[in-house]
Amino acid sequence: MYRYDEFDERFVRERVAQFRHQVERRLDGSLSDDEFKPLRLKNGLYLQLHAYMLRVAIPYGTLNARQLRQLAHIATRFDKGYAHFTTRQNLQYNWPKLKDVPEILDLLADVEMHCIQTSGNCIRNVTSDQFAGVAKDEVEDPRPTGELIRQWSSLHPEFAWLPRKFKIAVTGAEHDRAAIKVHDIGLRVLRHAETGEVGYEVIVGGGLGRTPMIGKVIRDFLPKGELLAYLEAVMRVYNAEGRRDNKYKARVKILVHETGPEEFIRRVEAEYAQLNGPTINAPEDEVERIAAYFAPPPYEALPEDSAILDAARRADPALDRFVEQNGFAHKQPGYVALTVSLKPIGGVPGDMSDAQMLAFADIAERWSFDELRVTHSQNLVLPHVRQDDVPAVFAALQAAGLATANAGLVTDIIACPGLDYCALATARSIPIAQGIARTFADEARQREIGPLPIKISGCINACGHHHVGAIGILGLEKAGVENYQITVGGDATENAALGERLGPGIDAEDVPGAIEAIVDVYLKERQSGEVFIETVRRAGLEPFKAGFQAFIASDEGARTLAAEPAQ
Amino acid sequence: MTLITRTGEKPEDYRRVDAVEDLRLDERAVLVPLAFASAALAARPAASVALSVPNDTPVEALQPYLAAAPLIAVEFPSFSDGRGLSLAKRLRRAGFAGTLRASGPLIADQFAEALACGFDEVELPETMANRQPVQQWMEAKDIVTSHYQSGYGEDRSILQKRLAARKG
Repeated sequence: MYRYDEFDERFVRERVAQFRHQVERRLDGSLSDDEFKPLRLKNGLYLQLHAYMLRVAIPYGTLNARQLRQLAHIATRFDKGYAHFTTRQNLQYNWPKLKDVPEILDLLADVEMHCIQTSGNCIRNVTSDQFAGVAKDEVEDPRPTGELIRQWSSLHPEFAWLPRKFKIAVTGAEHDRAAIKVHDIGLRVLRHAETGEVGYEVIVGGGLGRTPMIGKVIRDFLPKGELLAYLEAVMRVYNAEGRRDNKYKARVKILVHETGPEEFIRRVEAEYAQLNGPTINAPEDEVERIAAYFAPPPYEALPEDSAILDAARRADPALDRFVEQNGFAHKQPGYVALTVSLKPIGGVPGDMSDAQMLAFADIAERWSFDELRVTHSQNLVLPHVRQDDVPAVFAALQAAGLATANAGLVTDIIACPGLDYCALATARSIPIAQGIARTFADEARQREIGPLPIKISGCINACGHHHVGAIGILGLEKAGVENYQITVGGDATENAALGERLGPGIDAEDVPGAIEAIVDVYLKERQSGEVFIETVRRAGLEPFKAGFQAFIASDEGARTLAAEPAQ
Repeated sequence: MTLITRTGEKPEDYRRVDAVEDLRLDERAVLVPLAFASAALAARPAASVALSVPNDTPVEALQPYLAAAPLIAVEFPSFSDGRGLSLAKRLRRAGFAGTLRASGPLIADQFAEALACGFDEVELPETMANRQPVQQWMEAKDIVTSHYQSGYGEDRSILQKRLAARKG
């Protein structure tokens, strides 16, 4: 993975000094609260419902053991002994004190980490495929591109005061695990159909939030070496022309939508034509220097399958289930990538204790070439485990309470922090996730249902990505009561789609029952081999609407309607 | 108001004129809104007419003035509106070689950004200058000493410095 050189090191240290200077100038009155707010946000510091929250960048979701140990140490010393992994591969501390933040930033800088641009109206931390460098369907590892964008976007002089936040995601694979179609810019590494040259498909204007939209392809093929100049052109058009009169219409998706994709493309290309590419783009040497850090680890030459693992799986059904559910095929024979779920039944999705972080750091160091990944579904990944070692890894994960075999299943729920933490939230998310997980706790039942991504947001800002959940749950407030809208059919992959509402909102206690009713429709309708989202696509929304309405009409759901004010 | 350049405070050479009838009042160079540009140029030598322009002005609208105007002041309605930074970049690209001024309630933390995008000076309302004296602007601009972006500022980017170091 990438290692800082002297320039990166000095840059991050100077950024900490800059923030310290800003805090001092806020305290002595030089900066007003309104002026300080965007400065602290650009360093990941939010004011939440009960306390400050500090968001740490994990660029493209890659960490090493030393970094995770430092994150554990910070959780112990400055938080309440835990931290929370987010839907953008970042990590949040929920209880730091303002006075401690500069010291926390120093500790992060000690392990080549920072909080730069994890919030604010600027280019945010870049995200990527959690199986980068591992997946068989990959044209090229997307992380060198991610690292180049991390550097280029850090304290960009021109694009630090955008109309609104700006999120970039990169994938190098055919199967999109980075949700590039619902980002402000999505990049897909591909090979030119005729020349074989490596470049990018560029997608702009996707996003969730209040006005969810699927991004539009604005360049079918951008030569790899032209990336930064082209990004500069897109950003300049957006910075100059994005709406600033209404923060809810300020994202680039609205500009693309209101101008129309053709006109937006015309403006970007007109700007791009005026740029002097070679003075902006990264030197080829530099691209190669960065890429070299992401060279594959020193794998052993092994047979495709492991007799040791096969025997162990036959002897231990729990191990067998874990590998079946959480294993991901590795391009290197004899290796496997393992998803490590942060969604134990009844737990808080994405939370990890300091003790678990320390245990997991040891596991990653010993059995995964000192590398781990964070997924956008708030789980972790051991990217390079020898199949022979899986039984030992599984035992170590069990000892740390990290062996839940539910990756991608109905209990592997994405949820924003919701009203338990967030000042914007209109409803709770975490207890809803816990309620659903308890309802479907039985492992055999989960397996029978199969892959079913449920995503929960506690307000219309959609941090829980509910629009692209196969089942999406949106928590709102209605006449002082939390009320949940259910959507079905959302998809964050290369088949990106937005979910559609099944009917009126329901009360919190009815959500698990409603999900059961929807799942029952699926089990009844599915044809052989179909996963949930495929059945929705084939059968359409109607049977799910009918099942949902029947649930509401039943005795169990009657309370919901009674509680709804007359329209 | 206070004028701040990369080397410190400097006196104002221009008189802001907001009414056409005031254009001839004295010999001091004037800073006029874009809407008065033609009237001002009819009344005075081009080298004594600076323009004050909103941050959403298209570069094409300024093209006729770029060769002769001694100064263009880009108006920042608020510190958090970054359009002026892109306009500065585009004006420099279009060949404007005069003084480029950022005019409005910017904060010291933006000084380095403004300079990197092509501005020479910041014209600060007095209330802001009282809270954030010139010394803070000088300190703030030098805290982060290098940048990753090529094509911004006068010194080389980190990417270019790395390349130079390797080629030794």
